[in-house]
Amino acid sequence: MSARERVAGGTASFIDERTGAAKWMKKTLTKVFPDHWSFMLGEIVMYSFVILLLSGTFLTFWFDPSMREVEYEGSYEPLNGIKMSAAYASALHISFDVRGGLLMRQIHHWAALIFMAAMVVHMMRVFFTGAFRKPRELNWIIGVALLTLGIVEGFLGYSLPDDLLSGTGIRIAEAIIQAIPVVGSYLSYFIFGGAFPGEMFIQRIYAVHILLIPGIMLALITAHLMLVWYQKHTQYPGPGRTEKNVVGYPLMPVYMAKAGGFFFIVFGVTAFLGAVAQINPIWIYGPYNPGQIGAGSQPDWYMGWLDGLVRAAPPIETHAFGITISWNILIPGLIIPGIIFTLMAFYPFIEQWMTGDKREHHVLDRPRNNPNRTAIGAMSLTFTLVSLINGGNDLLATHFDLSINQIMWFSRIGLIVLPPIAFVITKRICLSLQRADREKVLHGRETGRLVMLPHGEFIEVHEPLSPEKAYVLTAHEQLPALEIGEADENGVANPQGFKGKLRARMSKASQEQISKPTPKEMLELEDGHH
Amino acid sequence: MGKSVNKFFGFISRYRRHRFAGPLMLLSGLLFAGIGYTVAHAATEEVQVVLSSDKASLISEGKEIFARGCSSCHGLNAEGAGAAPSLIGVGAASVDFQVATGRMPMADMSQQAMRKDPVYDERETAALAAYVASLAPGPAAVTNEELFWERDGNTAEGGELFRTNCAMCHNLAGQGGALTQGKYAPTVMGVEPKHIYEAMVTGPQAMPVFANSVLTHEEKLSIIKWIKFVETEPSQGGAALGRVGPVTEGAVGFILGLGILIGIAVWLTTKAR
Repeated sequence: MSARERVAGGTASFIDERTGAAKWMKKTLTKVFPDHWSFMLGEIVMYSFVILLLSGTFLTFWFDPSMREVEYEGSYEPLNGIKMSAAYASALHISFDVRGGLLMRQIHHWAALIFMAAMVVHMMRVFFTGAFRKPRELNWIIGVALLTLGIVEGFLGYSLPDDLLSGTGIRIAEAIIQAIPVVGSYLSYFIFGGAFPGEMFIQRIYAVHILLIPGIMLALITAHLMLVWYQKHTQYPGPGRTEKNVVGYPLMPVYMAKAGGFFFIVFGVTAFLGAVAQINPIWIYGPYNPGQIGAGSQPDWYMGWLDGLVRAAPPIETHAFGITISWNILIPGLIIPGIIFTLMAFYPFIEQWMTGDKREHHVLDRPRNNPNRTAIGAMSLTFTLVSLINGGNDLLATHFDLSINQIMWFSRIGLIVLPPIAFVITKRICLSLQRADREKVLHGRETGRLVMLPHGEFIEVHEPLSPEKAYVLTAHEQLPALEIGEADENGVANPQGFKGKLRARMSKASQEQISKPTPKEMLELEDGHH
Repeated sequence: MGKSVNKFFGFISRYRRHRFAGPLMLLSGLLFAGIGYTVAHAATEEVQVVLSSDKASLISEGKEIFARGCSSCHGLNAEGAGAAPSLIGVGAASVDFQVATGRMPMADMSQQAMRKDPVYDERETAALAAYVASLAPGPAAVTNEELFWERDGNTAEGGELFRTNCAMCHNLAGQGGALTQGKYAPTVMGVEPKHIYEAMVTGPQAMPVFANSVLTHEEKLSIIKWIKFVETEPSQGGAALGRVGPVTEGAVGFILGLGILIGIAVWLTTKAR
């Protein structure tokens, strides 16, 4: 035994004897994970979160979360002598007078944008492949909670520097709080400690931003990962991959190296952006002052669709019993997002109800093989995208010589008309792809090679698929639509009433498929060919 | 003589369907028009230099230019008609702003006159301004001595005034912003200090007038000084991404940031096969 081995072995037994880790480690380090790029999206989210924690900690060393009024005396000349909050002054101090401060601020902000972007794309992967199905519904709900918290956390961070742009965002948040019927104005006074802006909100937002929400998110991320660990990772269909196994590489050494390396890549890309691309130049915007406002004030992109909804809302309000209800804020600011996030959280259960499929699933769907779900996803994304576009309507107007009113009307109509169109088109595309798959399995791949037969006929040579490919194209199961009878065995018409009818229709829609080739068809074709 | 002419036309006739004949004709046509234009242009310029520069003749020259280039919309006596407003009493400052920034004469009757290369040179603009100012008193063009913003302005105060009075339309960073029905507040970056001043004094198009009772002369100069600072300051922290805020930042974060990372993820997982 070499000296090195002796030291390593000694250390290992020291830890094992005190923690009993060896048995657990042995099992853990050989745990297998499947390999696919889309399974690394969640990793990007997690690594961005780590970067946010580290860079955020750096920023807390100098940030002064106080609305105490100070006169700026720093390196940025055009603000010298201007009265501002200590928070804004310290954000300027970090940007101009702390070594590496601006870089860290920019890394923190870019990491936040990438964090949210990766989270959304990760969620899209989970949705479109059906990875949320039993037993992973709870993890999906945790994911929706993390998305919601991420949006709030990002917005609070955007508000902290107390520059004119971020103050404008807080002002809109205040309007949304006030739009809550009856209690809105009380809530607003409670949150801001008096009339807006008061002298409290930076301190309060700071505590929530650096302590409460990151703490909850960290706990949820831990639970999220533990569930992934316990339930094992899903995998794409393929030969040898079943509902009972996981085909992939062991954690040690393959994923230790890959995931560890990937962390540094994520850090590198974020730091690169932080170094070369300016983000949120607060010194140009000036300190927040409720009497000032800037054209082109925008939230960060993950709030942009909410802003777009508010911008699209027509000015409607009602006055009754001495109370004003601002529908123009209440509907786009609270009701629509509330509906969207509730439906999103419960979607796994909604789908189970529609299809009647309550079994466990560990093998993922190819999106085309579940046309209804894919179409629902495309529909939702279309809605969000149209509202996101409307969120930037002023910039679209100035940069593309358009009328802001026309963009708004396009969005108002588009929000209602385009999602259903996206649904229908996506569903048709999925069914066409299924048809193409069926053709491929039955008649092979079109090679583009034309051959002239002795009697002069031209044919294109079709190359049969490899068994592996054919397996991938046919591995999915196609469930029949739910049978919900018109009358039960006693002759009572329509026993489940409206609910039953709705469910029958939903089930029929969600099970609309191009039937995949049956073994019999395959055999017949093979006989014919030979 | 006759024979050589015949020979020449014979040559042309023979090669008239040559594949280079068309392009050659086009080229010579362009060359001819270009030289002709240049010569004619130089000739008119010479005429202007010959004109004397006293006020009366400047006004009469301006009247002539006005009749040629402006009267079809603004009326022969600048009384305004239809879409074009009356110019009586708008003053020299307004004419200088509109003409020297190329907004007038308008290229097309769209939502608002846009900035383009000026049609009239400095002298013609001055003549037009003198003519319009002679119709009725109005804000005079600002002189260089009055416009000593480097000396008389205060950057920090200018920034504060800009945020209070200008940013709501022109954007916090002066990048411009959208107004209703296709109108817009243009960017204030890259605008001559004189024209910024004249815009504040005369309130062109959708812009309100900032009279001296609203913003004093020194305050206007401070705003100009702040704009010039922001325009020329180095972009701290990297590429400015158009300075239009979170929209481009979001796009860069999504496309460049996440795009690169997904690309690397694809690469990492393909290598393993």
